[in-house]
Amino acid sequence: MSTPTAPRRPRLSVRRLVRRWYGEGPLHLLLLAATFCLAGYAGVRLLDGDTLGVLLWFAGSAVLHDLVLLPVYAGADRALRAALGPRRDLVNFVRVPVFLSGLLLLIWFPLITRRTERRYVAASGTSPDLYLSNWLLITGALFALSAFWLLVRALRSRTAGRGRGRRSATKDRPSALH
Amino acid sequence: MPERRRIPTLPARLTDRLPARLAALRTPADPGFWRSPVRGARFTAVLGVVLLVGLTLVFVTGLLSYAAYNPDLDPVNDKTPAKGWLGFYLFAWPTGPHWLYRLTQALHVTVGIVLVPVLLAKLWSVVPRLFALPPARSVGHALERLSVLLLVGGALFQFLTGLLNIQLDYLFPGSFYTLHFYGAWVFLAGFVTHVALKLPQAVRVLRSGGIRRGEPDTLAAPDPLPATLSRRGALVMVGAGSLLLLITSAGRSFDGPLRRIALLTPRGGTDQGPGPNAFQVNKTAAAVRITPADTGERWRLTVRGPVGELRFSRTELLAMEQHTAALPIACVEGWSTSDQLWRGVRLSDLAALAGYPDSPPDLFVESLQRSGSFRKAALRGNQVRDGRSLLALEVNGAPLSPDHGYPARIIVPAAPGVLNTKWVETLTFGEL
Repeated sequence: MSTPTAPRRPRLSVRRLVRRWYGEGPLHLLLLAATFCLAGYAGVRLLDGDTLGVLLWFAGSAVLHDLVLLPVYAGADRALRAALGPRRDLVNFVRVPVFLSGLLLLIWFPLITRRTERRYVAASGTSPDLYLSNWLLITGALFALSAFWLLVRALRSRTAGRGRGRRSATKDRPSALH
Repeated sequence: MPERRRIPTLPARLTDRLPARLAALRTPADPGFWRSPVRGARFTAVLGVVLLVGLTLVFVTGLLSYAAYNPDLDPVNDKTPAKGWLGFYLFAWPTGPHWLYRLTQALHVTVGIVLVPVLLAKLWSVVPRLFALPPARSVGHALERLSVLLLVGGALFQFLTGLLNIQLDYLFPGSFYTLHFYGAWVFLAGFVTHVALKLPQAVRVLRSGGIRRGEPDTLAAPDPLPATLSRRGALVMVGAGSLLLLITSAGRSFDGPLRRIALLTPRGGTDQGPGPNAFQVNKTAAAVRITPADTGERWRLTVRGPVGELRFSRTELLAMEQHTAALPIACVEGWSTSDQLWRGVRLSDLAALAGYPDSPPDLFVESLQRSGSFRKAALRGNQVRDGRSLLALEVNGAPLSPDHGYPARIIVPAAPGVLNTKWVETLTFGEL
C-alpha cells in the first residue's frame, strides 16, 4: 500500500480488475476456489457409489427443508394466529409447547414410530416401546405447564385489575415478551 | 386487459378492495412477503455464533472419533479407505484417560442433537435470502451462493445421517461411515468460507448492539406484523428446545437414574435393572447368531505369534494371572455405560506367551461372529501394552453373559465400543 502523500500513477490494479469481472475482492475469489477444491476432493469420494442417491439426499435435504418443512411450520403458525384472532396474547401458550413437542417428534420420528423396532431389539436387547408413550407424556406435560402458566397469569391479572376496574378481554393488547 | 373489463361488473364492495389486494399479493422474492418481526441481523448473528462454536465442536469430535478407530492401522478398522489427504491428521489413539472416547463421542452426538433447533432457527432467519432476486449479482455472488448450498445441504445431510444412524434407521444411500465422513468435509468447505465471509459482520452486529448507523438491516422485515414474540423471546424458545433435548438425551451416557431421565433417545429412558451383566450392549448374541454350542465346552481361544499357534480353554485362561480394570463401553452412537469392573487376562501377558515377552506388538482380533462389521478388529501396540487392556472373562464379579461376549471379550481403555470385540476366537500378535 502506498502512503497517502506518495504520488499515484494510474496502473492496472489486480484488485480492480477482479472486482470488475468478478464482483467481489480477490480474497473472496481465492477463498471460494479453496472451498470448491476441498468440496470437490471430498465430494468425489462422497459420490463414489450411489451417486444419484447421495446427490438426491444432499440437495433434497435442503429442498425439503426450505420448500416443505419451513413453509409447513410457518403456515401452521399463521393458522394458529388466525384462529386466535384478537386473542393474540395467547399465541405463545400454544406455540411454545407445540414447537417443543414437534421438535422432539421431528428428531426422534424413527424411534417414536418404532420404525426400526426389530433392529433395535436385536442390538440392545430392550424394546423401544416406551418412546411413544414418553413422547406423549412429555407433550402432555408441556401443555399442562403452559396451561398452568396461563392460569397463573389470569389470576394475577384479575387480582391486579380489581382496583382499576374490569377490562374486556378483547381490549387486551398483547404484552410483548421481554 | 380482460381483468380490467371485468372489474366494473363485480360488486362494488369487492372492486374497492381489489387493487389493495393485488398490491398486497407478494411473492417470496419480494422482501415485503416476509413479515415476522423476529428476523433481523442481531437474531441471525446470535444463532450464527452459537452454531460456529457448536458445529466446530461437533466437527472436531467427529474427526477424533474417526481417529479413535485407528483406521490407518489395518484395513479392517477403516470404513473410508479412499480418504487420501482427508486422513492427514490421524494419530495413534491413546488409552488414557480411559473415558476419553466416552466423552468425545457423547459430546459429538449430544451437542449435535442440541444444535438442531439452533440450526433450524438460523435457516429460518435467513430464508428470505434464498428467494431474493436477482439470484446472483455477479460471478462472485453466484459462487458464494453455491458455497451456501454446500453449507446448508451439508449441514442437513450430516444431521440427517447422524440422527438416522443413532436410531438404527439406515435409510441413507450407502454406508453411514462413508457418507458421514466425506459429507463432513463437504460441509466443512462451505462452513469455513461462510464463517470467513460472515463472521466479521456478525461480530460487528453483536458488539455494536445492532447494524451500523445508516446501514439497512437487510434481514429484518421491511413491513413487519405486530410482535407476538420478541427477538429475545424467540431466542429463549430456541434455547428451551435445546435444553429439552439435552435433558431428554444426555443421560444415555450414564447408568442408573440419569439414564432413566433420558426419556427420548436411543438407549435412554430405561435402566436394565440390577445384576452384574445388566448394562447396555451394542449387539446381542442372538442378533449375530452366536449359539451356546459355539461358546460351550468346545470353545478354544487361538493365540498366534512367533512361537506358533497356542490354544486355551476358558478354564486354562481363568487359571492364568487375572487382572481387574474399571472401564466403560462407549458406542459411536453416542451412548455409553458407566465404568464396569472387568476381570481377565492382560493382553500383554498373552503377547508374552505368543513370543513377545518385552514389548507387545499390534494385535489382530477375530470373533466367532460370522457376519456384521467389526467382527475382525485391529489394536495398536500402545493399546495392547496398557495394563488395563484385557481379554475379559468376567464382569462385575460374574462370568460374562452371552450378550456381553461370553466366553471372552476384549476390553481396551478409551477405545470405541466396536473395537472391544466380543466372543473372541483368535488373537494374532504381530506388527500390522
